[in-house]
Amino acid sequence: MIPNTKLSCRNVWKLYGANAQEFLSRNPAPSGDDIRQAGIIGAVRDARIDIAEGEIFIIMGLSGSGKSTLVRCLSRLIEPTGGQVLFDGVDLLTASEQELIEIRRHKMGMVFQHFALLPHLTVLQNVMFPLTVQAAPRAEAEAKAREVVELVGLKGREDYYPRELSGGQQQRVGIARSLVTEPDLWFLDEPFSALDPLIRREMQDEFMRLQARLHKTIVFITHDFEEAVRLADRIAIMKDGEIIQVATPEELVLNPATDYVAEFTRHIPRSKVLTVGGIMTPGTQAEGVPVPAAARVSEVAEQIIAADAPRPVCDANGRIVGSIGRTAVARVLFGAGEAA
Amino acid sequence: MKAHLTRQAPVAWGLVLATILLGWFGRDLAKALDARWLVKVPSSWDIPFNTYISAAMAWLMEEAAVGPVSFTDATRAIAWLIEQPYELALNLLARGFLFDPGPEPQVLLPAASWIAVTAAVIALGHYCRSWGLAALVGACFAYLAVFGQWDSAMVTLASVVIAVPIGAGGGLLAGIWAYRHPLGERILSPILDLMQTIPIFAYLVPILFMFGFGPVSALVATIIYATPPMIRITIMALKAVDPEILDFGRMAGTTRRQLMWRVLVPSASQSLMVGVNQVIMLTLNMVIIASMIGAGGLGFDVLAALRRLDIGAGFEAGIAIVVLAIAVDRLSQAFAERMGQVRHTAPGSWAARNKRTVLVLCLLAATWVLGRFSPLLLDYPQSQTITTGAFWNDTVKYLNVNYFDAFEAVKVFFLQWFLLPIKKTLLGIPWPWAIAMLTLLGWRAGGWKLAALCGAMSALIAVSGLWAKAMVTVYLCGASVILATLIGVPLGVLAALNRRAGIAINLLIDTLQTLPSFVYLIPVVMLFRVGDFTAMIAIVLYALAPAVRYAAHGVRSVSGELIEAGLVSGCTKWQLLRLVRLPMALPEILLGINQTIMLALSMLVITALVGTRDLGQEVYIALTKADTGRGLVAGLAIAFIAIIADRLVNAGARGARIRFGLES
Ligand SMILES: Nc1ncnc2c1ncn2[C@@H]1O[C@H](COP(=O)(O)OP(=O)(O)O)[C@@H](O)[C@H]1O
Ligand SMILES: [Mg+2]
Repeated sequence: MIPNTKLSCRNVWKLYGANAQEFLSRNPAPSGDDIRQAGIIGAVRDARIDIAEGEIFIIMGLSGSGKSTLVRCLSRLIEPTGGQVLFDGVDLLTASEQELIEIRRHKMGMVFQHFALLPHLTVLQNVMFPLTVQAAPRAEAEAKAREVVELVGLKGREDYYPRELSGGQQQRVGIARSLVTEPDLWFLDEPFSALDPLIRREMQDEFMRLQARLHKTIVFITHDFEEAVRLADRIAIMKDGEIIQVATPEELVLNPATDYVAEFTRHIPRSKVLTVGGIMTPGTQAEGVPVPAAARVSEVAEQIIAADAPRPVCDANGRIVGSIGRTAVARVLFGAGEAA
Repeated sequence: MKAHLTRQAPVAWGLVLATILLGWFGRDLAKALDARWLVKVPSSWDIPFNTYISAAMAWLMEEAAVGPVSFTDATRAIAWLIEQPYELALNLLARGFLFDPGPEPQVLLPAASWIAVTAAVIALGHYCRSWGLAALVGACFAYLAVFGQWDSAMVTLASVVIAVPIGAGGGLLAGIWAYRHPLGERILSPILDLMQTIPIFAYLVPILFMFGFGPVSALVATIIYATPPMIRITIMALKAVDPEILDFGRMAGTTRRQLMWRVLVPSASQSLMVGVNQVIMLTLNMVIIASMIGAGGLGFDVLAALRRLDIGAGFEAGIAIVVLAIAVDRLSQAFAERMGQVRHTAPGSWAARNKRTVLVLCLLAATWVLGRFSPLLLDYPQSQTITTGAFWNDTVKYLNVNYFDAFEAVKVFFLQWFLLPIKKTLLGIPWPWAIAMLTLLGWRAGGWKLAALCGAMSALIAVSGLWAKAMVTVYLCGASVILATLIGVPLGVLAALNRRAGIAINLLIDTLQTLPSFVYLIPVVMLFRVGDFTAMIAIVLYALAPAVRYAAHGVRSVSGELIEAGLVSGCTKWQLLRLVRLPMALPEILLGINQTIMLALSMLVITALVGTRDLGQEVYIALTKADTGRGLVAGLAIAFIAIIADRLVNAGARGARIRFGLES
C-alpha cells in the first residue's frame, strides 16, 4: 500500500445475474470463462486500487468496460458482490445506512456525465441542495453556495434554471454542487464526455485550475485517453471489468502491460506524455539554464532544439540530475516510439 | 377472432361453422330432441349465489368486526372522512353555509357568487397559460350560468374538486409504495389489471350497500374508478427517472424520504401531471353513473331526463356536462404543462406575487357583502336564463315528423340484417357447446390455464341463472364491437397513411373521448327512441376511439425497412397495405379491439337506461332496489365476460407478435 492512502479497494467484484452472490462464494476467484459459462455478467472483476490523498486517479476504458460500475462500488451506490472498500481506513461496505448518509453528506462529492441537475430548481437551489438536505442554516448555506457558484465562474446566473444553460454551464453547476459540502473525495464519472471538444478542453483547464486550489482526492472516469493523459497523476486501464494496468501516463507509454494498452497509447503524441526526466541522459555535465525534469517534452521541445548544446535538467529541488539534447527530443517528436 | 387464434386449420373453420349452425337451429333442434335444457339452463340447476352473497353482505354489515371495531364503524369512518371536505366544497360552491338547529335553516353565508367563481376560473386560465385559455374557460362557465345549469354544475364541480385530489393523492401514494417495495408492486399489479377489466357497476352495488345511497357512495365509486391509472403512471414515472438523478440524490446524502419527495417526485412531475389529468377525465366520466347511487348535479339531471324521456332537458344537461368537461380538461392540461416548466418567481411580497388570487378573493368578499343588497350578484337571475329544451324538443319533433321513414328504414335494416341474426344465433347455441368451445379456444390460445379459466367462468355464468342475459350482453357488445372495428380500423389506417385525414380523424376522436359516456345516448335516443339499435350506436360511438388509435399506431410503427423491402419487391400501394402493413400491425389492432371490448362492456349499465335486456339492466334494477346479491352476481357475470374476452384477445395478440418475431 502506498503512504497516506485515502481510498483503497481490495478484490472488489460486481457480478450481475441470478445467484451471483452464491456463485462468488462458491468460487472466490472465478476466471472470465467461468463467469461467462455461469451466464453471469462480470461488470467489475477483482478490482484492487489504492488512491493516495490529493491524487488525480483516472479510470480509463472503453464504454461498457465497467468504469461506472467500479466508481459506484467505491461510493457504494452499487452494492459490490464481494470485496472491501476502505475509505480513510474504514470499511464502507459494513457501514450502516445512517453512517453512509453521514459520509456522503460530508466527505464525498460526485459529478455525473449528464449533469443530473434537478430540473425544478434554479442554479443556486441546485448548488444548495446538498446543504438543504442536511438542514444546514439557510443563510449560511446560501452564502456557501454563492461562493462555489462564483468559483466555477457562474456568478450572475444564480437564478437561471438548468434548461436555460448550455451543456458546459450545466456541468459547471454540477461541479459547484459537488463541491459545496467541501468533500475530501471527489468522484467524476465522465464529466466532460457529453460536451463538445472545444468546451471540453476549456473545462479540463478549469478543472486543473480548481484542483490546484482545492487539492482534493479525485477519482475521474473517462473513455478518452488524451483527456486521461492530460489530467492524470495515475491511470487505471479497464477492459471487460478487469483493471489491466495502473501506472503514470509516462509508464503506460513506455511499458504497456499488454498489447491492448499499447494500442491505446499508440495514437497519443509521445511528446505530450513523456517528461524530460524520462528521456534525459543522467549525469551533470551540461551548461546553461536548466529545464525541469517534470516538464512534458512538448512544453520544452522548442527551446531545446533551438539551443546549440544539451541543456541541464533539474529536479523539483533545483538539483541538476542530467542533461537533454536535440537528438533525444527529436526522437520523441518524430520517432516511432522506442524513445527511451 | 377465432380465425386468428386457431391456426386457420380446416378443423377450426369446421368448428366455427358448426357453432353458427347450432346457434341458428339450436332452438328447433332442442324442440325436436325434446331437450329444452340444451338452450336454457334448467332453473333447478341454478346455484342461488345472490342469496349467499346477500347473506354474506348482511353478516358483513351487521356482525363482522375486528376486535371492538365493527365493519360498519370502518365504513362510517371512511364516509365521515370523505364527507367533511365534500360538505365544505358543496357549501362553498352550491349550497351556502347553513346554520340549522331548528326547522328553519338559516343561511350564514351564501354559496360563492357565480361572478366570483367565473372570475376564479378565468384567473386560473390566465395563470396556467394565456388570455386565450382564460377566455375559453370563462365562456364555458358563463354558458353554465346563462343557460340555467349553474346550480347543478356546481354540485358536480364540488364532487370533482373532492374526488380528484383524493384519487390523485391516493394514487401517488400507492404508486410510491409499489415503487419502493417489490412486494407492493406484486400485490398491486394484478389488482390494477383486474380493475381495468372489471366494469364499474360490478362494484357499484357493494359500495351502495356499504355506504348507503348518497354523495359519499358516489364519491367512493368515482375514486375507485379514477385512481388506478394514477397508480400505474406513478410507478412508471418514478421508474423512468434518470438513474443519474437517483445516484445524485443518494450521493447528496438524502434520507429515503428526502430522496422520494425532494428528488424523485419533482423530477417525475411532468409525467405525474398526465396521471392527474387522467384522474380528472375519468372523474367527469363517472358523474352520470355515480348519479345512479346518489350523486346529484348534472349527472342526476341527465339521468332523470332520460328516465322521463324528456329529451330537451337531458340534452341541456348533457351539453352542460360537455362544457364543464372541456373547461376542466383544458385547465388541467394547461396546469400540467405549467407545472412541468418552472418559471422565475417575481420578487415582492406574497400579495404582489399573487395578484390574481388577491383579486379573486376581493371579488368573492365584495359579492358576498354587496349580494345582501343585490341578489343578482350572487345568483344569476332566473328570468335571464335561456332554455334550449323546447328548441331540442321541437327539433326532434321536426326530424321525426319529416324524416321518420328514413330513420326507421335504417333502424329496421340494421335490426333485421345485423342485430337480430346475431342475437338469434347467440341465444340458440346450446350452453354446453358454448362452454366447450370457449374452453377449447382458451386451450389453443393460452394453454391449459387459460382453458380452465374460460371453462370455469362460463360455467359459473351458466349456473348463476344468467345465461340468457349474458348472451344478450355478448350479442349487444359483440355487434357493437364488430361495427366499431369495421369503422374504426379503416379510419385508423387512413389516419396513419394520410396526414390531412389524420389530423381530422384525431380531432374527431379527441372530441369523442372528452365527452362523458352517456352524452352519446341523448341524440341517439332523440332520433331512434329506446331499443337495442340505439344502445348499439351509443356503444359504438363510445368505444370507437381505441380501435382507431391502436390501428393508426400499429400501422405507423411498422418498420421502415419492411416497407422499403416491400417497395423494392414491386408492391403496389394496395399490396403494401394488405401484405405488409396490416399483417404487421395486427397485434396492435387486436389490442385496440380488446380496449374497444372493455369500453363497450363498461357502457352497458348506461344503455340499460334505454331498455336493453341484458346484464346491464340486471345491475340497474338491482341498484334501484338496492339488492346487493343480485347486483353483485350480475356485475361479476359482466366481469367474467370481460376477463374471458380480455385474456383471449391478449393471448391472440401475443401469439401474433411471436409469429412475427416481435416478441419471444
Ligand atoms: N444493472 C445491470 N444489470 C446487468 N448488467 C449491467 C448492469 N449495469 C451494468 N451492467 C453491465 O456491466 C458492464 C459495465 O457497465 P458500466 O459500468 O456502465 O460501463 P462503463 O461505465 O465503462 O461504460 C456493461 O457490460 C453493462 O452491460
Ligand atoms: Mg459509464
